[in-house]
Amino acid sequence: MSILDAILTIVLPGWLLIGIVGLAFPFRSRLIYGVLFPLGALLGAVLALCALSGIVAAPQTRVLALGLPDLPFHLRLDALSSFFLFLLGAASTGISIYAGGYFRRGKGAIPGLLCLLYHIFLASMVCVMLTDDGYAFMIAWETMALSSFFLVTSDHRIPEIRRAGFLYLLVAHIGAVGILLSFGLMAGNAGDYTFDAMRRFPETGIWPTLAFLLALFGFGAKAGILPLHVWLPEAHPAAPSPVSAMMSGVMLKTAIYGLLRVGFDLLHAKYWWWGLLLLVLGFASAIFGVIFSAVQTDMKRLLAYSSIENIGIIVIGIGLALVFKAFSLPLFAALALTAALYHCLNHAYFKSLLFLCTGTVLHATGERNLGKLGGLIHSMPRVAWLALVGALAAAGLPPLNGFVSEWLMLQGFLFTSGLPQGYLHMLLPVAAAAFTLVTALSGFAMVKFFGIVFLGQPREENLLHAHDAGRHEFFGLVWFGVGCVLLGVFPNLVVALIDPVTRLLLDNGLRDVVTENPWWLLAPISRDRASYSAAIFFVSLALFVPLVFWVVRRFFHGNLDVYGNVKRVPAWDCGFPLQTSRMQDTAEGFSQPIRRVFASFLQHTRHHPSAFDSKPVYRSGVEDPFWNWLYAPTARLVEYGTRVVAFLQHGRIAIYLLYGFITLLILLVMTNG
Amino acid sequence: MIDFLARVLPEAGQIINLCAALMLLLGFSMLAQRRILTLINLFLLQGIALFVSILVVAVSTKQSHLLWSAMITLALKVVALPWVLHRLIRRLSVKWDVETLLNIPTTMLVGIGLVIVAFNVATPISELSGTVLRSTIGIALACVLLSFLMMITRSKAVPQVIAFLAMENGLFFAATSATYGMPMVVELGIALDVMVGMVIFGVFFFQIRQQFDSLDIRQMEKAREE
Repeated sequence: MSILDAILTIVLPGWLLIGIVGLAFPFRSRLIYGVLFPLGALLGAVLALCALSGIVAAPQTRVLALGLPDLPFHLRLDALSSFFLFLLGAASTGISIYAGGYFRRGKGAIPGLLCLLYHIFLASMVCVMLTDDGYAFMIAWETMALSSFFLVTSDHRIPEIRRAGFLYLLVAHIGAVGILLSFGLMAGNAGDYTFDAMRRFPETGIWPTLAFLLALFGFGAKAGILPLHVWLPEAHPAAPSPVSAMMSGVMLKTAIYGLLRVGFDLLHAKYWWWGLLLLVLGFASAIFGVIFSAVQTDMKRLLAYSSIENIGIIVIGIGLALVFKAFSLPLFAALALTAALYHCLNHAYFKSLLFLCTGTVLHATGERNLGKLGGLIHSMPRVAWLALVGALAAAGLPPLNGFVSEWLMLQGFLFTSGLPQGYLHMLLPVAAAAFTLVTALSGFAMVKFFGIVFLGQPREENLLHAHDAGRHEFFGLVWFGVGCVLLGVFPNLVVALIDPVTRLLLDNGLRDVVTENPWWLLAPISRDRASYSAAIFFVSLALFVPLVFWVVRRFFHGNLDVYGNVKRVPAWDCGFPLQTSRMQDTAEGFSQPIRRVFASFLQHTRHHPSAFDSKPVYRSGVEDPFWNWLYAPTARLVEYGTRVVAFLQHGRIAIYLLYGFITLLILLVMTNG
Repeated sequence: MIDFLARVLPEAGQIINLCAALMLLLGFSMLAQRRILTLINLFLLQGIALFVSILVVAVSTKQSHLLWSAMITLALKVVALPWVLHRLIRRLSVKWDVETLLNIPTTMLVGIGLVIVAFNVATPISELSGTVLRSTIGIALACVLLSFLMMITRSKAVPQVIAFLAMENGLFFAATSATYGMPMVVELGIALDVMVGMVIFGVFFFQIRQQFDSLDIRQMEKAREE
């Protein structure tokens, strides 16, 4: 049985069956969460294994006689789709297990419906990556959008969640129109809707550019590239945490997959300014996302903005690869693309981990607001340590996975000085500086996330009794935590894994260069230029941290405590006799410098209490400037337009008939003339 | 049987032209008619004219599928629909005169204008078409437009439906005269559409009468969104 058949006969029907069984017993939560979700996780692992072997296998195709008569579904499994299927399978394993524990403690949505929608969502994402024609792709794509919409609005009784869901659906549909038009353009030229026919699209002229821009618009709306990002910070806090993790970790990557499929596989035109456009958009998203994530006070919004930043980083990598490709530098293009794909994988891991951690914190405390959390490392130590792993990975610190991809990306930037285009070779190295700014600021945001939630003193009474993660939840968290470490420590393996993908898209890969070196040394281009040995870093860290810990305990604590016990004092005491949890740094206070430095980017609204208020209230918030710059004017324009057209609506049937009649007459006369 | 009829009917072209002229005449008289009962009878007559013309075409050109079309026309337009409509107006008791939105003479004048337009428009089509009936394309188109005009000028729901059905007659006639009829599947589909439409309209009549105590569609203007 081939790999594609395995996926088609085991994974997809399995997930659908799980969903249907869940729907058949909608209120048997023990069955659904104890059996069905873990089974789904198992299928996710199967999918990951299938995809892993699919990356190195030759492309496989199938034609399924589903859908309309004479319009069959074409499927294809190649290295690119296998890579993203691996990402999906690996992430869904952890998230499904976690969801089995998380939803059990939740309330509101019907378990059976959740189970059905969740597994349809998974299956539709598999279909998106497997389809090989525009028609099946759009069906899978829309199924994905709709099922995730219903998952986002699973607590639909809350008005804000309904609003967030509507915004998400709106942006998703506008984006889908862009993708549809792009496919229509390519299919219209080829006379056939299969991707195979679209690959023969002309390389010159305005049409490939138009198709690319439409696809960029469509996939950008799904990925959350500026300025179509607005749904992300609304939908992620509204969705249940496993769904946020799935959307941020995996669903955003389907858009990246689509962008790669269209930009590298279907269209072969070599315009360097396509890459430049992606670089500009990527940098805008990354900088915008990281600044906004640093000033958020809601932990899931913080992570949502951080997702925008990471998608920006991935888009930067893709843009860089397009630039190199246009100037026929395939090795460097492969380097940039490897970095982007590596970051996709990393982001799926650490962002899922962080979102799942927020889910556990949310269930334990009932709070999303950073201002009401704090000190949770005492009551939930396991979650705290795993969140630390995720935060360090997201901050891009070695030896974890986030560092490797960002380092590879920077290596890619360092080769841009060899570009034959004058402005590019001067500007792109400067952009590398902006890239380091982004990574540094993301470190800041992660320090804020971890520090405010888990360190210090509890800001509220009830935090003292917060319970730690349950068994299922803990397993899901560990899955991602271990994944973050492994992806960081064995970069050569991951780069070798990505090699077939870059070979498919660019005819060049890094495996030959990388495998010249021993397994612990990563040198993407040559060893003289730059190298990174994650394993040595990891081992020395693993040796020195316990050593330092032991030394400090032995010599420092030992001297202070006459009984030889560890002396515990309140955190951040600073010798004050009286201290409360209100005196520690708040989320707003911590990010105040960033807010001041980047004041011109932010729309900061503040409400100060006056001296005479009986109940003084201080309110501070940061609004997304794009609402006022772009979305509000667009909405007003649409409203004005409909008002102009509305005078046609009289409500009189005779008038409506008359419109049809006059149109008919005009058409008849026109065809006559 | 076809051969027999072909011998009996030597002047097929004349008969078809006669039927076409009758259809147009009936179209005008429907436009001018205020009484619903007479309107239904006129519709029945138009159905017969259509049936005869299709039958003659079928016989003279020896196209058996057109025979089926003719049978469908007979069953639907001459028997079923008039019967349903008669029953409907009896149950709704709306046999009396109906007022038009536009007075009758003006409507007739507009109708004459439409016929001129239709003939002008149809000239290039009939030059392209190679059928026996090509001279009648203009008449068929005029029937469609006249029925459309009737739909616009009537304010009660039942005459509008009759106009809608008459428009379908015209379309059928146009299709037969231009290309010897549409493919069988399409014709069956249209026939089914008409039936379903009739059922929906029937339900709809009772609903709007219950809602507004009248079948006057001007009442519907209240239902629009402000």
